[in-house]
Parts: sequence; structure tokens; C-alpha cells
Amino acid sequence: MSATEQVVAPAGAGAPEVIRVRVPPRSWRSELRAMRIVWRREIIRFRSDRIRIVTALIQPLLFLFVLGSGLQQLSGASTHGVDLKTFIYPGILCLAVMFTAMFSAASIVWDREFGFLREMMVAPIRRSSIVIGKCLGGATVASLQGVILLCLAWAVDVPYSVTLILGILGLQLLLAFSITAFGVMVAVRIKQMQAFMGVMQMIVMPMFFISGALFPVASLPAWLAVLNRLDPLTYAVDPMRRLVFNHLDISDSARQALDPGVTWWGWRVPTLLEVAVVLALGLLMLGIAIWEFNATE
Amino acid sequence: MTELRPAIEVHDLRKSFDEIEAVRGVSFEVAAGEVFGFLGPNGAGKTTTINMLCTLAKPTGGSALVAGHDVVRERDDVRRHIGLVFQDPTLDGYLTAEQNLRLHAELYGVDSALVPGRMRQVLDMVGLWERRDATVMTFSGGMRRRLEIARGFLHSPRVLFLDEPTIGLDPQTRSSIWRYIAQLQEREEITIFMTTHYMDEAEFCDRIAIMDQGQIVALDTPEALKAQVGADRVRIQTEDDDAAIAALAARFDIEATVSEGAVTFLVPAGEEFVPRLFAELGIPIVSVSVSRPTLDDVFMAHTGTTIRDAEESGNKHANRVMMQMMSGSRR
Repeated sequence: MSATEQVVAPAGAGAPEVIRVRVPPRSWRSELRAMRIVWRREIIRFRSDRIRIVTALIQPLLFLFVLGSGLQQLSGASTHGVDLKTFIYPGILCLAVMFTAMFSAASIVWDREFGFLREMMVAPIRRSSIVIGKCLGGATVASLQGVILLCLAWAVDVPYSVTLILGILGLQLLLAFSITAFGVMVAVRIKQMQAFMGVMQMIVMPMFFISGALFPVASLPAWLAVLNRLDPLTYAVDPMRRLVFNHLDISDSARQALDPGVTWWGWRVPTLLEVAVVLALGLLMLGIAIWEFNATE
Repeated sequence: MTELRPAIEVHDLRKSFDEIEAVRGVSFEVAAGEVFGFLGPNGAGKTTTINMLCTLAKPTGGSALVAGHDVVRERDDVRRHIGLVFQDPTLDGYLTAEQNLRLHAELYGVDSALVPGRMRQVLDMVGLWERRDATVMTFSGGMRRRLEIARGFLHSPRVLFLDEPTIGLDPQTRSSIWRYIAQLQEREEITIFMTTHYMDEAEFCDRIAIMDQGQIVALDTPEALKAQVGADRVRIQTEDDDAAIAALAARFDIEATVSEGAVTFLVPAGEEFVPRLFAELGIPIVSVSVSRPTLDDVFMAHTGTTIRDAEESGNKHANRVMMQMMSGSRR
């Protein structure tokens, strides 16, 4: 403890004037500052967590290259000359974002376990600022992860273009935001990490399989078609696929077969409405998460 | 201190978890600039009381003003004026010490221009300025607690709440934490409200409230509390404790208990009593010790048990309260 005393003694003796700060009354500016720092914390932590960056990539890469290359042998005839990897690429772009967003939401469970959540909860700010900052942070981090996948476009014969990249980034940001909001909503209720990851896997994996990330959504068996139209992820994968296919040089018949678009009772759902569905669900879950957060003591 | 109002005013504060009443109507005032201690065994309701004062738990009855603001109706105003150091760590281990403090300053909306200077000051005071760039994960338990204290007063709060600030630390670190707290009170003109179950630490407080089973059983300065006891504590080891207790009651009209492995009782003048004890007790005595009243005796005088014994029997109660709290918060 002698080291401590050496440091403390001069501070007590020739001490400079005590700097007094004050905490201003709550305002929208202080809320924005709080949101920004919660958002920044997510990014700082993501940057320092290299293992997470790598592990979150494994599953999407497995799907894309192993499943994509393997099943290509079987499906060559029915994909109208389009490589299966190219076909599932938009779905994989969504998957990568989903996993990272899920981990971001999981950090609320960690924060509770390691006590840091308390530090945020007792600050003179609204709980909603914490939740919004967290969701935006999760969305940003997941999109950063998405960029890594975006870099692999050449490997699956998707040409780069500014509109494609911006479009994909926008969709990824939106999807990541909604998934983080969903995860936070779940994390408020579930307090154990294992249980949280279990529940998320149980919900996210079926969502992914049903969404049409791996198959065209036209002429499905009736039961699957119903599930598919109910799956929120469908409305993120479909615009993503349209965006990617808009930049491909393929035949009309291939386009027709592989990118049929989502229909409601025969009516083709416009892309903008699909995006609106994802956004609306994201905001709804954010609202529920905030409400739940406010209700906890 | 220009402020005339008490820093904390509590009136008949209560908190129940379902059928269990953890805090049963406590009332007290803490003057501005005072170091006020809450003393009691685990499960006595100290943490629940502190949580209510910090706006972390809603009282089920009574009222409390902290820094002049009502803890229920003016929650945010209370939060602006208090600093908190919890029993359990609340630092982000993946961030550096400096990042943790900066995050705190941002959450509390502290003027950015003042943050670097203030940060240096608080880190200097707890002797962690040199370690500011290290991640908190690499810190020892004592360093973390020091950093938490630094963070707790970073935003110049009027009242600093410390819930068991020295729990689980080695004696040297404990004494250095006490030095920081004394310095803090002197330099920052801050009111300090703390809980502890270490009797020796309670002596550092200006005033102490002794809490047992959800109620305040005594409240005064440590000296006054000890004077109230007005007796010395005698501990004897005998060959037959039960017979010794019976003999003490019969011959001297003294009520004795077995605590921590020895027959213990209080008498006005201990040293003069010992010769009589040997002459008249009639049961072989193995050893004797006489001690001046301590806060332990104060606690014993008011509750009838030592704090350690109370803790053991209180643990059951505490566990029940905890279970209630956990199931309550899940709903």
C-alpha cells in the first residue's frame, strides 16, 4: 500500500482547487448525449472483441460456401444457370447481421450479470435513451459485420456498384436494428445467459429457414407458404434479394424463377411496403422493450 | 456550507416484499456534510433502505427527501445530486478506467470542458491516475472499489451513498478506502451516507443508526452510544457454561449469554468485578477477559445479540427477502 500513499499524500497537501462540476436538469440534449455514449460503448466493445467478429462469421460462411457449393451439384438444372451461392447470398447477408445483432442484445444480459446495467439505470436519464442507444449500437455493429460479408460479393459473382452497396447497408442496418430491438425485448425478461441464447436460437433459426433465404418463395406447399408470409424475416430477405438480382446479368426466366417476390393472396407486395413492415415491427418491439424496461425496478 | 436543509430527511419509510416487511418505518435526518453510518447485520434492511433513498426501489410507505427532493416524485432531481457506490461491482471490465469515468460523465451530462480536469482529480485522489489506460478487468478488487468511489463522486454529488464500501477487502485496502472517504468529505463538502457491518468502521462516522430487523434501534454519535452502555464487557470461559450462566443469574443477578464460544455479560466496573467472580461463582473458570464498551456492545445492548450471531440467524430472513425480491422483479 506504500505506492498508494505516495500518490495520495501530494494530492492532499498542495492540492489544487477542487473542480466542481454540476449535473444539469434533464433535457433532450442530455438524453441524446446518453444515447450516444451507450451507442459508442457498443462500438468500442465490438472493436476490442476480435473473437466475436470471427465467430459470428463462421455460420454465414458455412451456409454460403459449404451448403452453397455442395447443393449446387443437385440444383444446377433448376437454377437456370445461376450459381446457388449467388442465389443464397442475399439471405446470408441477412443471416450475418442477425447473429451479430443477437449478440449485441445479449450484452444486456451480461451487463445485468456483471452489474454494469445498474450504472446506466441509476443515471438521471430516461430508460428509453438506454434502450434506443443499445439498439442503434447493435444495429451499427451488426452492419459493420455485414460489411465483411459485403466484401465477399466478388466470390459469388455479384458485381459491386455504389447503389448496391448503399442499398445493402441500408437494409442491413434496418434488419439489425429490428433484431436488436427484438433481442433487447427478450433480454429484459430473461436473466440468464444460457436461457437467453437458447430462446434466441429457438426463434432466430426457424425464422431464418422459413424466410426464403435458402429457397424461392413462390409455389411452396400451402403450410410453408403461410408460415413464410408470417415470418418477419421474409420481408427483409425479399428486398435484399431483389436488390442483388437487380445488379445481376441473368435471363428473364431465371429472374422469374429465383426472385418471384412475396405475394399476399396473389398480390405482389411492393418492396417499400416490405421495408415498412420490417421497420414497423422493429419500432413496435423497441416500444415494448422500453415499456418493459421502465416497468422493472 | 450555505445549505441549511438536511441532506437527507426520512419519515416513517417502509418497504414490503409481498408479506415480508424488510423496512418497518424508519425515520431520521442527516445533516449536510455529515458522515452518517447505517450499522446492522446482513438482512437488517440497510440495503433496502439505501435503495429507496437512491430511487432504485419504490417505498411502500412513508417519505424521503434527498438533497431536498422527494425520492418518488422527483426521482431525476434526486439522481442528479447523488453518487452511488454499490456493494456489487458495476464497472465495465472491458473498458479502461478512463473510459468508465468518461461514460459516467456522459450519462450524467457533465460539461465536457470540465471532464478531463475533474477526471484527473478524482483518479489522483484514489491513486489510479497512472493506471487510467488499463482495462478494469486487470484491476484487483481493491483497485476496482477505488475506481467505483472515484466514479461515484465524479459528478460532484451532494450526497454520496456507499453500500458496504469495504466489504470483502483486506484490512490495508479498507483503511486506505477510509482515508479517501475522510479526504472526500473534507475537500468536497459532501454528505456521506454509508452502510457497514464492520463495527470498527462505524467509529469513523459522525453519527450512527443501528438497524435490526427493519427498524432503527438506536441513533447517536459513536461516543454517546458507547456511553449509553456504561458497562464493561466480561467474557469468561468455564468448564460448564450452562452452570456458569445459572450461577451468574442466581448469585449476581446478571443475565449472561454464550456468544462466539464464551459466556459474555456486561457489568458496570469490570475489573473490580473479576475478583468477586472468582471468589463467589463456584464454577472453575478457565480464562477471563474484560473490555471497554465497543459498538459491538452497543449493538448487543440494543438487540441482545452480537452482530455476528445476529447475522447467522438473520441469514435465513435475508434469504427469504432476497427470494422475494428476485421473484418480485421478474414479474
